[in-house]
Order: sequence, then structure tokens, then C-alpha cells
Amino acid sequence: MSYRITGSTGEWEIVVGLEVHAQVVSEAKLFSGASAEYGGEPNTHVSLVDAGFPGMLPVLNRECVAQAVRTGLGLEAEINLFSRFDRKNYFYADLPTGYQISQFAHPIIGKGKVLVDLADGSTREIGVTRLHLEQDAGKSIHDQDPTRSFIDLNRAGVALMEIVSEPDIRSPEEAGAYLRKLRQILRYIGTCDGNMEEGSMRADVNVSVRKPGETEYRTRCEIKNVNSIRFVMMAIEVEAQRQIEVWEAGGTVDQETRLFDHVRGETRSLRSKEDAHDYRYFPDPDLLPLVIEQAWVDELKAALPELPEAKRVRLEQEYGVSRYESSVLCVEQAIADFYETVARGADARLAANWMLGDFFAALNRTGRSIEDSPVSAEGLRELLGLISDSTINGKIAKEVLEDMVETGDSASAIVERKGLRQVTDTGAIESAIREILAANSDKVEEYKGGKDKLFGFFVGQTMKAMKGKGNPALVNETLKKLLSE
Amino acid sequence: MSGIHDFTLASARDALKARKISAVELTDAHIDAIERLDGQLNSFITRTPDQAREAARASDEALSKGEGGSLCGIPLGIKDLFCTNGVRTTAASKILGNFVPPYESTVTANLLKDGAVFLGKLNLDEFAMGSANLTSAFGPVESPWKRRDSDAKLVPGGSSGGSAAAVAAGLVLGATGTDTGGSIRQPAAFTGIAGIKPTYGRCSRFGTIAFASSLDQAGPMARNLQDCAILLESMAGFDPRDSTSVDTPVPHYEAALKRGVKGLRVGIPKEYHVEGMSAEIEALWQQGMTWLRDAGAEIVEVSLPHTKYGLPTYYIAALAEASSNLARYDGVRFGERVSAPTLDGLYEASRAAGFGDEVKRRILIGTHVLSSGYYDAYYLRAQKVRTLIQQDFLKAFENVDVLLTPTAPSGAFAQDEKPSDPVQMYLNDVFTVPASMAGVPALSVPAGLDARGVPLGLQLIGRFFDEETLIAAGHAIEQAAAFHHRPTIHAGVSA
Repeated sequence: MSYRITGSTGEWEIVVGLEVHAQVVSEAKLFSGASAEYGGEPNTHVSLVDAGFPGMLPVLNRECVAQAVRTGLGLEAEINLFSRFDRKNYFYADLPTGYQISQFAHPIIGKGKVLVDLADGSTREIGVTRLHLEQDAGKSIHDQDPTRSFIDLNRAGVALMEIVSEPDIRSPEEAGAYLRKLRQILRYIGTCDGNMEEGSMRADVNVSVRKPGETEYRTRCEIKNVNSIRFVMMAIEVEAQRQIEVWEAGGTVDQETRLFDHVRGETRSLRSKEDAHDYRYFPDPDLLPLVIEQAWVDELKAALPELPEAKRVRLEQEYGVSRYESSVLCVEQAIADFYETVARGADARLAANWMLGDFFAALNRTGRSIEDSPVSAEGLRELLGLISDSTINGKIAKEVLEDMVETGDSASAIVERKGLRQVTDTGAIESAIREILAANSDKVEEYKGGKDKLFGFFVGQTMKAMKGKGNPALVNETLKKLLSE
Repeated sequence: MSGIHDFTLASARDALKARKISAVELTDAHIDAIERLDGQLNSFITRTPDQAREAARASDEALSKGEGGSLCGIPLGIKDLFCTNGVRTTAASKILGNFVPPYESTVTANLLKDGAVFLGKLNLDEFAMGSANLTSAFGPVESPWKRRDSDAKLVPGGSSGGSAAAVAAGLVLGATGTDTGGSIRQPAAFTGIAGIKPTYGRCSRFGTIAFASSLDQAGPMARNLQDCAILLESMAGFDPRDSTSVDTPVPHYEAALKRGVKGLRVGIPKEYHVEGMSAEIEALWQQGMTWLRDAGAEIVEVSLPHTKYGLPTYYIAALAEASSNLARYDGVRFGERVSAPTLDGLYEASRAAGFGDEVKRRILIGTHVLSSGYYDAYYLRAQKVRTLIQQDFLKAFENVDVLLTPTAPSGAFAQDEKPSDPVQMYLNDVFTVPASMAGVPALSVPAGLDARGVPLGLQLIGRFFDEETLIAAGHAIEQAAAFHHRPTIHAGVSA
């Protein structure tokens, strides 16, 4: 089902391409030895190279190159053994050298793709045009003083990967799904933490609209620096709406750079094409062309972790879980790892059930993440083991899990402490049932008269009498036997 | 006092080792010479006598123990384009203000490690942009040479004009220079001294203020090639902090002096017979060929067909890079700031006040050739031609070992004869620019005087990283030319 916006002249299709700036996970900056760590007191992670001092020269950080190659491999992209760094020239106070070192003509990564899963269960392939390495700029701080601005160069020179998509995205949902999938891949490979709040992933959104069936693209606008997936989706919607109104009023959309104001829910013009900078790109003469060996790429490829798509398929096959369960378990590598630890040595489908249900609920309730889960994978596996070997039933297990979250005790310790061991003694079950049946002789008559539904009532009463510890199968079996007497 | 200024760097080194003189004596004599003569020459921007004396005392201590590096106790001058830790570095520009780097350039660090004594920072054209040392914000440098028939102030050449004048006048035993399109070789020729522009990548650019990064190369300037060889051996070497520095062993250059030129094939590029070349320069060139032939070399005519494009493509490539390299001088983090109500205003005011006219002219040209719509026609085409120029040299070197040419199209001119047309000024670099564009090493040695008594130099151009052959051939010319003339203003002569 295609996404369409209905205007006064009929339906419109939207065309979206995304440029994602992903901060590379690395110890040091792209061209200097200064720390690339987020935060820190202003101007404490700055080398003389970052600050553009006279005579300072950039030296490429090989680890950042490796991260870009790994990412390229994760996007099933062409790895360019020859690439080159260019200077992008413009003046700004947080750009100390007056140019950003980027890769313009020869990026390190060429065409690739991202497979995105949509809500209706379908899958779409979004093309990746290129990925290149570049430096981040510093930060201008305007709100500390009425007349002066301050500059923090901690971020200046940190490595970014700019990942450019093809204009293949046709709905806000697809844009959101693409970003989530991209973030998932980056996190899996460990090349970007994908933290949009800290700005380690930001998106520029190119939007245009056209009538369904048109083959040419109409003029696009670029919405700069959108910093959450939700805002990207909102920005696309309002910008498309704006452009449709312009076209339908007989106007033309001008190519320009815009800003998204999420408070007012609108985009605003930042600068028109005429005001666009002339960046005067040219090869950075301080750096040699970047030439890498295929053997090195192969080495990095061999060391790459299992990627989300492959993992999802494997979990389905190996553990017999559904596609839905598998894709939820694979959202984060840590969750999938946790699941596999639980599932090895437990009922794998039961494990999926419990993780997606009570376990995630417990994480949400306690505000914890999988990394600092109050219950370890081994602990959860033990709990599930107690269900499988009929030590406890499922209902009691929920209670035990809650206790585990609260106390940190092991499942078996809790079962012992609280005396929750399931009653499998048929004599005890039988006597409990006989008491219930005796106390409810009217209902027994009704049941025997054909009111089958009352069976559940007897089960409930029995379990209640046994404080939930009755083995459900034995209770059922004994009830049936005694009711047919 | 008379003897001390007759030392060359090599003979001073030997005398120091033999303890015939002390480093303090040697340094004091040079500080004294600077005080006496440099008011007129203006070859220094910043003098560091206290630091020099302290270094000299340390040198004497090392020497007395039989220790000390190859340059222990040798007084040198440093072109003020090299950043020196704790010593103001200006690039001869107002825009750097009183900038004092907290770091040392690799080249000067190498010299210090070998025991050199720095007497101060030498004048140059602003940001090394000029061929006459007339663009310095600290005033022009006057050449120590005079014409026989006039008292006109001559230019020392540029951009390493301060280095050339100080060496020629005996204020220092040697100096560092930088050469982007001829900035070591042309001033060396103008002042009757020797200078080497090594292969691009031989000396680290780390800590040297950039003019045009793909061309800039540091090199030595001294009274003769032996001194240059000693200095170059110290300055050169791989530096992981400069990605364009080349990891190849540094030879013992001084040993190359004795190699001789027997059997050496010397190429004469026919395209260097440029139109309007003076008979004097032509004669000097012929003389150079004769000297080398007499020393056992074979003279061969070669062709470098793209020579005529050297100058225009150089001024595109170099200025494009310069326009970007000089963007960091914006008044924000260091140097002079002129306040203004807006950020763009601050840039405009600071850069308008800080840069001189020639630098502004070059930034504008460089910005233009990179601009959208002009990039392909200028920058990109210049890069292609640059490749062709390099291929010319590679092809010539299949057949010959070195090339011999004049260094400059004339001898030094007077300060007030400076051409009003900037392009006319750029023509000074016509013979030196092609080697820079190719990245190959080249040197200039003094070969004679022109009719008015002003020095002229010959240039030798060599294969990549083969400075040794250049030095051998250059030394053959030195021996044959026996250039022992001294400038009018010299530390050893009463001025």
C-alpha cells in the first residue's frame, strides 16, 4: 500500500533521501590524537591540530578508516580501495582551519543497501549512494553571554561517517524504518553508538513531492540536522504538505535549505540556493590519497559480527521462533545474545515467550536496560528450567520472576524459601478436589447436566485452595476423573 | 676578530671539535655582527641572543666532554616560517601578531637535537609570498651586495631573503629556508651563496607555516654546498606527523661532495633558453657546461616540452592551496583580532588589517581558481599540466643524471626597480618553478658575477631523492667557479 497525501488537486507521492551523519566510535579523532569521547569540560579534548594552529598537519587515524570499511561491509556496499580527502572551504567560528576535511569526489564506500521491515510485514530495499569520512566541526555556544559567543572545540575533528541514501524512501514510515535499521546495523558492528540525543547520529532530510506516475523528480528541499527519528518523520510530513500547497497554489518549490521546528510543527527557510556556499572543494594537499588493501578489507570482513538480518534468519531456524519474535529479539545485539544464552539449555520457544512478555515488562518497570538487567540470562534460564521440569507452573513462575527482580535471589532459592514447589502428589490433589466438589455439589450437578464451562471454575477453585501450586496437568486430569465418577 | 668570520660551517665545526675556538666565542662574534650590521640589512625579525648564549654554553660543555651532535655550537638563523617553541613566529605577517608557538617544527627540532645554536628568526616575504623580500610586514631586507657603480639598495631575492642576506653577510653560518617555487634557490643565487631545495617529502613540514602544502619544502642555505650538506643531513628525515614526508633513509650527504662527476650525464633543457634571456645569463650557463665537461661529465641536450606552462600552472596550484591554508588566520584563536559586531565583520576586519597586499592578491587569485565554474578551467587543468611537467622530468632522467640551468633570469635588482606589474615579478621564478611542480630536488650554487658585480647562480635539478648526485655535480661547479667574492656588507669587513 503506497503512502499518498491527498491535496486539493488529488493524490501526491513523496520522495525522500536521507544523509545521515554518524559519529564514528573511536578513541581518537579522525586526524589528531585528541580524545573523541563525548562530553568533557569545554575545550579539553582539543589538540593543536584540531585548533588549526600554524604548521599543524592532519594524520589519518587508521581505526576510523577501519570503522568506515566495517560499516560499508555491513551495508553490503562497494569498498573503494582508492579514496581521497578533500577540503571543503568555508568560514565559521567553530571551524578552526577554515575548511572541513571530507571526501567529496572519491568516497571510501560506494553503493550499498539497507533492507527495512515495514509494519505491514513487507520488506523494502533502500539504496545507499555512498558513505564517506569527514571531520565534525566544533560547537558555537550563544546563550552564555549577551554580546559574545563561545566556542567548544571538543567535537572539532571527531570522525563522522556521512551515509547518503538514494531517493528511494516514499513515506515517513519508511524513513523511520530506514533510520532504525541503519542504527541497528551501526550498533551491531560497533561503528556508531547511534545516540541521537547526544548528537552522535543526525540526519539531513531531502524531500520533494510529485504526482503518482511522474518519472522525474521535482525540486527538493533539504531539512538540516534533524536529531530524532520521530522528528525526521514529522519533518517529512509537514514539509511534503508545505510543498504540495505551494504546487497546488500554482507556485514553484525553490531549492533551499530549511530547518525543522518541532515545537511549531513547521519547516523554515534557512538559506536559498543563491546564498549557498561555494565550498571550493579540492584535494587536501596535506594528505596522500587513501589506498587500502583488499586483504585488509577481507580481514575486517572475517572479523565482522553477525549482522541483524542474518541473525534474525538464524534465530528463526535454530530456535523455531516466529519471524516477529526473532526480529524483536534482534533489535539489539545484546538482547539477541541474552536470548541465546537463555535458549541454550532451555525450551527455546518458551524462552522467546518469556523474554518478549514478562522479562521485557520487568525491564520496563524497573527502567533498566538489557546490559544492566536485574535478572541475568543464566537466572532466567534456571527459572524456565523449573517450569519445564514441572517444579513450578507458569503462574507461580511469574511470581518468582518478580521476586528475582526485587531481591536478586535465584529462582530455586525463591521457590524453596516460599515453598512454591508444585504439588505433584496425586493424593494431595485428589483430597483438595474432593473438598471443592463437596462444597459445590450444586455446581457439580449443573456440570454433569451439560454445563461444561464450569470445568474452569473447578480448576480455579482447586488451584486457589492449593495456593497455585498444583500441577495444572494433574489437577485437570484428576478433576476429570472425579467429575466422571 | 678577523679570522672568526672566515669560518664556513664545516670549518667552524672542525675548530669547535678541536677546541680551537669555543661555541660561546663563535656565538658572541655572530651576535656582535648582527648588532653591527643588521640595523641596515634587516635580515632578522626576532633576535634571540640570550637563548643563543645559553645554548652555546651548553655546547661548550658537551664539546669539552667530547660529546655533541653534528652541529654542536654552530650559530644558525631560522626563517621565521618555522615555528619555534617559546619564540615569536610571525611568517613576516601582521596577522600573527605576537604569536608564540608552544611547539617546535620538526626541522628546527632536528637541528636543535644536533646541537645547533639559534641566533633568531629571519625575515622573509609575508607568508613566503614574494621573490624580492619586499612584502614583509617587518620591512624589506637589503642585500649585503652592492653594484660596483651604485649605492642602490639591492633585493636579496625571496622569499627566504633574510636567510640569504644573513648567510651572505656572515651573520650566521647557515640558515633554514623554505622553497615553494624557488624561495631558496633564487635568493641563494642573488646573494652568492648555496641553497638546496630537497625532494618534496625529504624534510618534514610539521610546524612550518604553510604556503602551498604540495610544494613547500624546507632546505638549507649556507656559504657552500658542504655546509648545506651538513645542514640537510640534520634537517631531513621521516616524520610520522607529516603524511607527505617520505620514509626513506637519509644519506651522509657530506660524503657525496667527493664523488666527482666523471661519466655523469648532464642534461641541458632546450626550453630553458627563454626568449629575451640576457647574454650574461646565457654565457654563464655555457660556462657551467664547460666546467662540468672539463670535470668529466657528458653534456646532453634534453627536452622538457611543458616548461612554458610551469609558471602559470604554478601560480594556479600554489595559490589555490594558499587561499585555503591561510583561512585559519581569522582573528579567532590566535594572532591579531579586529573587533566587529558580526562574525563575518570580524573576519573581514581582521584579515583586511592583518594581511599585506601581495598576500591578499594571492588569496583572491587562489579563491577564484577554485570557485565553482572556474575550477575545471583553472585548478583541474593546472593539476593535469603538473602531471605532464613531472613526466617531462621523469622522461629526461631516463637519459641524464642531472639537469643544468640558470637559477634566475637575472641578477639581483634594486628595491626601487621592483616591477609594478606583479606578473613581471613572478617571472623571477621561471627556472625554479618546474622542479617544484615535479617535486624533484634542485640546488643553486654561485657561479660568477654579472657585469655590475652582482652574483649569479646556476641551478642543478636531480632525480627524486637523489640529492647526492646534485651535491656532487654542484661541488664540481663550486670548485671550477672558485667563487670567493664577498659582499660589500660583511661581518669580516668593516662596513
